[in-house]
Amino acid sequence: MSIVEAAPPGRARARPGGARFGGRRWIEIGLFVGPAIALYVIFLLVPVVQAVHYSFYSWTGLGPLSDFVGLGNYREAFGDRFFRQAMEHNGILIVLSIGLQLPLALGVALLLNRPLRGRRIFRLIFFAPYVLSEAITAVLFLQILQPGGLVDAGLRSVGLGGLVQLWLANLQLVFYTLFVVITWKYIGFAIILLLAGLQGVPSELHEAAAMDGASSWESLRYVTIPLLGPTIRIWIFLSVIGSIQLFDLVWIMTLGGPAGASSTMATYMVDKGINSYRIGYATTVATILFGVCFVISMLYQIFVLRRDNLTGTARMAG
Amino acid sequence: MKIWKLLPLVAIICVGAVALTSSAGLAAGHSKKKGITLVWWHNANQGAGLALWKNVASEFQKSHPGVTIKVVPFQNEAIRTKIPIALQSGSPPDVFQEWGGGRLVDEVKAGKVANLTKYVKPWIKNIGGAAAGWQVKGQQYGIPYNVGVVGFWYNKDLFAQAGISSPPTTWPDFLSDITKLKAKSITPIAIGGKDKWPDAFYWDYLAVKLCSKTVIQASAVSYNFTNPCWLKAGTMVKDLLDAQPFNEGFLATPAQQGATSSAGLLANGKAAMELQGHWNPGVMQPLTPTNTIPAFLGWFPFPNVPGSQAAPGSLLGGGDGFACSIKAPEPTCAQFLGYIDSMSVQKRIGSTNFGLPVLKGSESSVKDPNLATVLKFRSSSPFVQLYLDIAYSDAIGQALDDAVANEFAGQATPQQVVDQIAGAAKKK
Repeated sequence: MSIVEAAPPGRARARPGGARFGGRRWIEIGLFVGPAIALYVIFLLVPVVQAVHYSFYSWTGLGPLSDFVGLGNYREAFGDRFFRQAMEHNGILIVLSIGLQLPLALGVALLLNRPLRGRRIFRLIFFAPYVLSEAITAVLFLQILQPGGLVDAGLRSVGLGGLVQLWLANLQLVFYTLFVVITWKYIGFAIILLLAGLQGVPSELHEAAAMDGASSWESLRYVTIPLLGPTIRIWIFLSVIGSIQLFDLVWIMTLGGPAGASSTMATYMVDKGINSYRIGYATTVATILFGVCFVISMLYQIFVLRRDNLTGTARMAG
Repeated sequence: MKIWKLLPLVAIICVGAVALTSSAGLAAGHSKKKGITLVWWHNANQGAGLALWKNVASEFQKSHPGVTIKVVPFQNEAIRTKIPIALQSGSPPDVFQEWGGGRLVDEVKAGKVANLTKYVKPWIKNIGGAAAGWQVKGQQYGIPYNVGVVGFWYNKDLFAQAGISSPPTTWPDFLSDITKLKAKSITPIAIGGKDKWPDAFYWDYLAVKLCSKTVIQASAVSYNFTNPCWLKAGTMVKDLLDAQPFNEGFLATPAQQGATSSAGLLANGKAAMELQGHWNPGVMQPLTPTNTIPAFLGWFPFPNVPGSQAAPGSLLGGGDGFACSIKAPEPTCAQFLGYIDSMSVQKRIGSTNFGLPVLKGSESSVKDPNLATVLKFRSSSPFVQLYLDIAYSDAIGQALDDAVANEFAGQATPQQVVDQIAGAAKKK
């Protein structure tokens, strides 16, 4: 203290990178960043580590963790046909999302990007479902899809009564019914993203392509889509993660049933954890779910998004 | 920059956060010292129950100066997930909803529930056999206030239309009545297959009607299902499914939500009967356009299976009760539960149609003719088995519901149902 007092005022400040100056800067950084890091550690990293820990126990959630089962829960999960079925559903969802939702969204986005009368209204119509919460969407479609509901009545009124199905009770159909609802809800988000991407495609490139004799299809294939690449790649990423974590909509509409025909990993987890009170086993499922998401995210970051990130950084540097 | 340099800082902040939360905890502890506070979690978040519990709390506060009761109503599905989490935490509610059975056994084993035996000794005999479902090894850990039985709620008008003069009392009669109803294009039975537990009622009940009391009671301890009566229960469920008595799309039908739920179908005359608990009139009422319990509603017990090991008239049922957590001030908590089972409160449970009271002498308060019938059968039954999914430990009870639901969806054979339940018991 006395040394500090003895030093003439202002001198310390004139010494950039000095020890005391650095200390104060660290405190400043700490004050700004610290709370965020603390929250991140307490509410994210610690629970993740705890979950992995629990996953090695058979535990009802009551009492101490005492029944260590090693990898027993993992063996049980991968050996349970209902868990494998749930994983399969998540997989199908990913494939269908990319295979059907993406072309559909791209088509609509291209249409809405044209100077079209009532374009704003169409944009609004397509985007509106995305604003609804999953819970509201689920309750809405429960009403529409029930036997004799709006869909059935609609089909019958146009003479297509033969197509009427038990949309949610048919074991072969229920998952695809849910996929249609999911598409209805989330397609708007894809369209908005792609529309934003299309705004960034300079019209000069199309003009140039046209002068070189490119057809409109070729212009789309070789100009528009490559330039939409970063947007499409980020949408695929979000869609895959969303597909893996799908829960609310399924839970409200079918509880993952009948007989697991519409289950996802998340509904299976809640079913085991909350309904059966097998918290240890449910955390095993949660850990697997986390692992799948983590690995996919990492691989996608490294192999697919890296290019976009690099160009982003390069652009910033330039 | 070197991230490890930040670590001490993170540590300091973490310690600070912990210190803050713990000092907040201390503060709460201090304020508790003035008088006694009971935090009471219950699941009657609407209607008669909500009002009754509110009055009960304020009456008890008045007669016990210095006691404050903090009433916290929850939606039923929510409270089922919140209780175990709260019990595991350091600050559980003092009084909480308790359904007895395997869950209570787990909670007692984990040392989370107060043993009330010595406090309730003077009066517990007044509620008779109902107390047994809330005992573990002869010790009273919870107190029931409402116990009912499952049976068929039916539409008298539709039965008359199909030419059925009196409700069936045996299984063969029951199956032939289904044929009669179908002949008149009436949906015989509504069922909420989406929720799974309504499916399990059929399997449970057939087991109760096929197996002896000894076999059934032993199953909740040994989880041994080798007696052929268990397989027979599944086979008879299969027979029932083959008769196709259920509403269209029943695999996706909810039990209680909306007019197209199974309760709603019965309430609106779209199905002739539903196998449900004694709470069903209360569920049906808001699902009708006029918000009234339909006049055509009647009740009959599950039909007996002739020539089985079970005593005729054996029933499946269960109820609601409360327990005190180990953190609760035990004498006050026990007194409070005693008040809930006092004549004054029990009679109001009956007279408001909130439930079927358990205290001897309070039966006359049940004015609804159907509920009075249910109560009559409950009182005269030789054996009332707690719902099997509740009686068994959670994981096994849920495995039962899942397995039976799979049979209903055509995804499991009667043998697979038995195997799945026994398999879940082995994992335990």
